[in-house]
Amino acid sequence: MVEEEGFRRYVAHAILWIGIAIVAFPVYIAIVASTQDNALIANGQMSLLPGGHFFEVYYQTIFVGTSGSTREPVGNMMLNSLVMALLIAVGKIAISIISAYAIVYFRFPFRMPIFWIIFITLMLPVEVRIYPTYKIVADLHMLDSYAGLALPLIASATATLLFRQFFMTVPDELLEASRIDGAGPLRFFWDTLLPLSRTNMAALFVILFILGWNQYLWPLLITTRDDMQTIQVGIRKMITTTDALTEWPVVMATAVLAMLPPVFVVVAMQKLFVRGLVETEK
Amino acid sequence: MQKQAIFQSRLLPYALVAPQLAIVLIFFYWPALQAVVQSFLLQDAFGLSTTFVWFDNYIELFRDRAYFEAIVRTFLFSFAIALSSLSFALLLAVMADKPLRGSMLYRTLLIWPYAVAPPVVGVLWIFMLHPSLGVLARYLRAMGIDWNPLLDGDQAAALIILAAAWKQISYNFLFFLAGLQAIPRSVFEAAAIDGARPMRRFWTVTFPLLSPTIFFLLVVNIVYAFFDTFGIIDTMTRGGPGTSTVTLVYKVYSDGLLGGNLGSSAAQSVILMVMVIVLTGIQFRFVERKVTY
Repeated sequence: MVEEEGFRRYVAHAILWIGIAIVAFPVYIAIVASTQDNALIANGQMSLLPGGHFFEVYYQTIFVGTSGSTREPVGNMMLNSLVMALLIAVGKIAISIISAYAIVYFRFPFRMPIFWIIFITLMLPVEVRIYPTYKIVADLHMLDSYAGLALPLIASATATLLFRQFFMTVPDELLEASRIDGAGPLRFFWDTLLPLSRTNMAALFVILFILGWNQYLWPLLITTRDDMQTIQVGIRKMITTTDALTEWPVVMATAVLAMLPPVFVVVAMQKLFVRGLVETEK
Repeated sequence: MQKQAIFQSRLLPYALVAPQLAIVLIFFYWPALQAVVQSFLLQDAFGLSTTFVWFDNYIELFRDRAYFEAIVRTFLFSFAIALSSLSFALLLAVMADKPLRGSMLYRTLLIWPYAVAPPVVGVLWIFMLHPSLGVLARYLRAMGIDWNPLLDGDQAAALIILAAAWKQISYNFLFFLAGLQAIPRSVFEAAAIDGARPMRRFWTVTFPLLSPTIFFLLVVNIVYAFFDTFGIIDTMTRGGPGTSTVTLVYKVYSDGLLGGNLGSSAAQSVILMVMVIVLTGIQFRFVERKVTY
C-alpha cells in the first residue's frame, strides 16, 4: 500500500469536505429559507440561519398550498408523484421480467425480432417523441390520469436486458430439477426464478423509483388539472407568477419535500442503489 | 444467446411478451413513425390540407438561424457541463479513493444529489442566485459584478451550466470511484517504488487506466446535458432571456407548445432521434471495448 504522509492526508480530507459543502450548500439554503418569513426573503435579507416558521410553513405547504390562484396542497402532489413513481417502477419491472423470461426460456418464431424491437426503444426517449405521444394519449382519453402519466414511460429496454443477462447465468439444472418435480413454466417462474431475482429487482426498483419520482417533461405536458399535478410540475407553477408574488418559503419547503423521498431512498438503500445504478448503465 | 434447457409452449411466450410489446408499439414506435411521416408533410394554416414536401421542413430548419444557434448552444452547454462536472468529480474521487478514515461517510455525503430532480435543482440555484433576493447574488454584487441572469443571456447560460454540472457531480463521482477501485493497487506501488511523485503517478498511471471510465462518463454526461437539463432550464430561465438558454430539446417543446409548424416540430424530433441513435451507438461500441479492456 502506498502510504500517504500526514500533510497530504489532511489536504484530501479538506478537499472532500469542500466538495461536500458545495454539494450540500444549495439544499441547506432551501431548508433555511423554508423556515423564514416571506417578507424578509423578498427584501433580499434572508438570514443564513434557520428561522422560527418551520411548522407554519410546512403545514401550509402540505395541507393548503400557496395563497395564490393555483392553490393546490403539496401533500396531494406528493401523492400523485408517489403513485406515478410506483406505477413506473413496478410496471417496468413486471413487464420486463416476463418478456425476458419468454425470450430466454422459450424458442418461438419472431423471438429475436421481438427482442430487438424492445431493445431499440432505448433510442426513443420521451423527449424525441413528445407531441405525437401526447396526441395518442389524448386520443385514448388518458390525459390527466395515472395511466397516462405512467404507461408511455413503462417500457424498459434496460430492465429487459438486465433480466435477460441474469437469467442466462441461472444454471440449467434448476429448470431440469423443477421439471422432474412436475413444475410447468409458470410454476418454475414463480417458485424458482422470481425468488432468485429478488436482489436484482430490488436494485432496479430503487433506480426506477427515483427515475419515476423525478419525471418532469411528460407530466408537465399531460396534466392540465391542478389536482393531477406531480410535485415537480407543481413547484414550477409556484414560481410562474411575477417575482413579487412568489411565496419563497413555500416554494423552498416544496423543494425540500420533493427531494426527501428519493434522497432517503439513496441514503437508506445505498448498496442497492449503487448496484442498480452500475448495472443499469452497463 | 440461448439456454439449452427450455420450455415448450406455443402461446405462452407470446402472452409473456405481449404487455411490453403493446406498450412499445403504441407509445414508442407509432409516435416515432408519426414524427418521421409528419416531418415530410406541410400543413396549411388552417390544418385543412397537407402536402408532401420531401425535405423542405429540414432545409428550412437548417436555414433558420435560431435553430442553428440552438444546435451550437446545446453542444457548448454539453461540453461545459461535462468538463466542469467531470473534472471536479474526478478530483473528489481521487481524494476519496485514498485510505482515509471515514471514506464511507464521504461517499454517502457526496452521492445523494443524484436523487434531486432537475426542476428542483433549477429552483435551488435560481433562488441562491436570484438578482434581487439570492444570498449568493448579494456577494457577487458586493464584488462589483453586475449580476442579473434574468436580463443577461451569458449569465443565464452560466447559471444553467453551473446548476446542471452540480447535479451531475455525484453520478460522476460514483463511477470514478468505482473505476479507481478497480485499478490494482500494485500498479501504484510499482510506480511509487520507481520514485514517481503523487502528481506524476496520477497523470502517468491513474489517468490512462481510468480512460475507459472517462470516455463512458463523457458520453453519459453529453446525453444528460442534451435531455435532462430540460427541467433545469424550464424552472430557471424558460429558455430566456430572449433565446439565450434554448437547447434543442427545449426548442422542440416550446415550438410545439405554441402550436405552430407541425412539420418543423416533427423534423426537429427526427433530428434529435438521429442524435440519440449516434450517442447510444457510441456508448455501446465503447461498452464492448470496455469488456475486453
